Amino acid sequence: MKLIFEKSSAGRKAVELPKLDVPEKSDLIPTNMLRNELSLPELSEIDVVRHYTELSRKNFGVDNGFYPLGSCTMKYNPKINEDISRLPGFTSIHPLTSIGLNQGALQLMYELEKDLCEITGMSRFTLQPAAGSHGELVGVMIIKKYFEVKNENRTKILIPDSAHGTNPASAALCEFETVEIKSNNEGCVDMEDLKNHMGKDVAGLMLTNPNTLGLSDKNILRIAKVLHDNGSLFYCDGANANAVVGVVRIAEMGFDIVHLNLHKTFSTPHGIGGPGSGPVGVVDSLVDFLPVPLVEEKNGDYSLDYNLKNSIGQVRSFYGNFSVLVRAYTYIKSLGAEGIRQIAENAVLNANYMMSKLKKHFDLPYDIVCKHEFVLSDKGMPNHITTMDIAKRLLDYGYHAPTIYFPLIVHGSIMIEPTETESKQTMDEFIDVMIKIKKEASDNPDLLRNAPSTTPVKRLDAVLAARKPVLKYEE
Amino acid sequence: MDYIPNTESEKKEMLKEIGVNDTLDLFKDIDKKLILKEPLKISGKLSEIDVRKKIEGISKKNKIMKNFLGAGCYSHFIPSVVDHLISRSEFYTAYTPYQPEISQGALQSIFEFQTYICKLTGMDVANASMYDGSTALAEAAFMAHSITGKNKIIIPKTIHPEYRKVVETYCGMHNINCVEIDYNNGTIDIENLKNEIDDNTAAVLVQNPNFFGCIEDIDEIEKFAREKKALLVACVVEAASLGILKPQNADIVVGDIQSFGIPLSFGGPASGFMAVKKEHMRKMPGRLVGQTVDADGKKGFILTLQAREQHVRREKATSNICTNSALMALASIVYLSMLGKQLKDLANINLQKSHYAFEKLKQNFEILFSSIFFNEFVIKCNDSGKLISKMQENNIVPGLDLGKYYSELKNHLLVCVTEMHSKEDIDNFVELMKE
Amino acid sequence: MNIMGENEMENPKDLKYTKEHEWIKVENDIGTVGITDFAQDALTDVVFVELPKIGKKVERFKTAATIESVKSVSDIFAPVSGEIAEVNQQLAEHPEFVNKDPYGDGWIFKIKMTDKTEIDKLMSSEEYIKIAKEE
Repeated sequence: MKLIFEKSSAGRKAVELPKLDVPEKSDLIPTNMLRNELSLPELSEIDVVRHYTELSRKNFGVDNGFYPLGSCTMKYNPKINEDISRLPGFTSIHPLTSIGLNQGALQLMYELEKDLCEITGMSRFTLQPAAGSHGELVGVMIIKKYFEVKNENRTKILIPDSAHGTNPASAALCEFETVEIKSNNEGCVDMEDLKNHMGKDVAGLMLTNPNTLGLSDKNILRIAKVLHDNGSLFYCDGANANAVVGVVRIAEMGFDIVHLNLHKTFSTPHGIGGPGSGPVGVVDSLVDFLPVPLVEEKNGDYSLDYNLKNSIGQVRSFYGNFSVLVRAYTYIKSLGAEGIRQIAENAVLNANYMMSKLKKHFDLPYDIVCKHEFVLSDKGMPNHITTMDIAKRLLDYGYHAPTIYFPLIVHGSIMIEPTETESKQTMDEFIDVMIKIKKEASDNPDLLRNAPSTTPVKRLDAVLAARKPVLKYEE
Repeated sequence: MDYIPNTESEKKEMLKEIGVNDTLDLFKDIDKKLILKEPLKISGKLSEIDVRKKIEGISKKNKIMKNFLGAGCYSHFIPSVVDHLISRSEFYTAYTPYQPEISQGALQSIFEFQTYICKLTGMDVANASMYDGSTALAEAAFMAHSITGKNKIIIPKTIHPEYRKVVETYCGMHNINCVEIDYNNGTIDIENLKNEIDDNTAAVLVQNPNFFGCIEDIDEIEKFAREKKALLVACVVEAASLGILKPQNADIVVGDIQSFGIPLSFGGPASGFMAVKKEHMRKMPGRLVGQTVDADGKKGFILTLQAREQHVRREKATSNICTNSALMALASIVYLSMLGKQLKDLANINLQKSHYAFEKLKQNFEILFSSIFFNEFVIKCNDSGKLISKMQENNIVPGLDLGKYYSELKNHLLVCVTEMHSKEDIDNFVELMKE
Repeated sequence: MNIMGENEMENPKDLKYTKEHEWIKVENDIGTVGITDFAQDALTDVVFVELPKIGKKVERFKTAATIESVKSVSDIFAPVSGEIAEVNQQLAEHPEFVNKDPYGDGWIFKIKMTDKTEIDKLMSSEEYIKIAKEE
């Protein structure tokens, strides 16, 4: 398919600009500062519409089909959220006008914050971070500042070997030394390894709970105690919050800081890779360290508070990904307390259902009750068929593949997260296809090795793309 | 409303298959005392009708004004097409394109975005987007430190104050020293720059047009940077200026594309961008889409050079970014495809209208800077608080009170005029602005 | 990719080896360094090699260069201390040489050694085969 630039035709126009209704002056900017040429394409509106419509038809979203991408929580994105986020009262307001003009926006942010506090048990939340990993960075910045203010030289952050790469990356960006903690044979934190690594130089532990295998750590309260006894902080990577919202409060598990992914747990769309939103919640003793500003309320009036004693500062311009916050707020209002609990209960029910059925046919490294997701592997697949082959064959059947090759501690991992918005019928159909694919692996493995064959392109040469990078179109 | 399709009887069947009686049995791995016995103190489930009523009510508490206010968030024309195309759910309900065979739509869009950014900035390589302009600038500072091994960043006061705060927060965590330099007549004080730049300077950051709307002499600044082997990082906050100003010979160009088809949205989300010279490609954070071929030799696109990213490098990564702002980047390329070469005309309309307003306001207000400017300028008034209140009563926001960010600029307003303001709007504005 | 067995593994006997899978060939005071057949096989297709600058001082067993495949990046450690004397510029256009000819055209850099006795502390090819088998 052609690129948009290749569809250009000299003289075409898509937009009628308003006529210049003020006298035109020349030499307002010296010529040596002006561009000589602007090599943008010339298209008509129908060209643009057809091009991007065609591109959309070569893409696959949750609205197209089952998307069991583990750790990403690809749940249904309600359309009411889209409508509400587009209300002119939300889209047409400027962040720097007097707060008296933006009381609705501030009210929404304030109430959203309160709801997130109620759900997680944290004292306050910042809504500034633009994504989960941005929230993680904020969390680590808070940890760093906390110990600076306390005058304690704590240089290490402990991270389980099952963690997502953003955890050690965030820690390293704040100049912490990252120390890997082993997982035990149940896929959870090895308590002995944890205790052996404790010392006065340990600032904290970053833990995803439930973890990246979809397992809830039975020792969570013990881990919290070990850390707190050592004066260390306990950070929760809340990417898997879908398994616990409404059933358990994250703060009550002993965590001091948590980041949430609104684009996972709170149904805001993933949008081909963003924008998301990664609010960070903290316990009382850490509130002073949050980024500024926070939203305050007094007698029904909302304001922005920049006066946090030990704030880490600002982590992005203005206040947050506001229209993402609007969607999350709409979602929480739609679901209510009852609906929020139903998220976790059904996410966990669906995952365990799929796991019970699929473990009869595929290797299940951890045969324990899972939470909202579980991990299979390609161990024992006939004819050297790999996880990659299975994933690509699923594309031929009209599914998005699960997450593959993560977490790293399981070789050939296949991480399946159905979410609560999938029906038994959809899950049963997927399970049947997985069983069919396994049979194909025995009887006709080339079907998998050559998959996908029904998609707009077949398997792509990643080596070529990396050896000879072509990263833009050139005429 | 919840979005759970399964009925009670279906749930019972599923529980039976698993071999438990109750869903709560599946939470036995969590300490019993942690399981909530009471419902959350959040209002109850609402129907769409009630949700709409409630939240529409909240939205009406926000007042929609006629803004002569930019300061990093600009009112520009958004073609209807933009929202229609980014509302196609194959785009917005999709994830990062990790299965490229079924994500060619997303991948090609991002490849086009990378191309557009390179065309506009004159750089060799652009990434798939950043969170916003301010974090893109902070990551550029990190990159400069990583490339040069040096610890000092020169950050002029002419850079958006919010952007500066973000850069300082990020650099503070990584022992990178941010040194602010002053402005003179609305642009970077060259003497101050000369005095501060030294052999330990990793980069000089320059916003152009700057926060005051003034246009910097980048060639001059570049000379000093090159002399001390420091990188030049250019930052574009008002993207419309790219239609008219020449690309800068910077090492890294960052900025925000909010002006390209993204509504004000109370400040977010828009999308940051980053583009670099070829030799810095491998140190660039963020995702990159590359062209390749499939098993049949057919052209296709794929995420590439992933060995730079956090999921591979982990603690050795120079950035932790994953999710970016891809959908907003898509909005911007729909916009750019619609405007095409007319982006130059659009920029000119901005330039002409702002200067028209400037000439008229000059009659009643003192002008602070005589430097050339794009679509924003600064005027001095007697009492900015009073003036802003008066204008608000007429549903107009006359600009930004610079006293908010610059103590030496109390009672100065930063005024912005775009193609959205008709001559009549401007004349009316000027008339009402008499103190 | 072939899974190398003990008998099939190609590792020249006149070289010395490290446990991080580097090899070094010494001629006078210059050591030519690359990665072993086992290592290139484990990496799969090499897409990029970040070569050190000529003149850079390297320390024994510390990172001297990095090597990337599509999905991973690995450090290449200097087997001995010294100064980088030469780098294999061909790898910029042909990173695949590391896979195709790891002991020949796939060489990565040359070190001007500062302490020749360090060579004796490295493994012989038999010793290396043993540890590679265990991985």
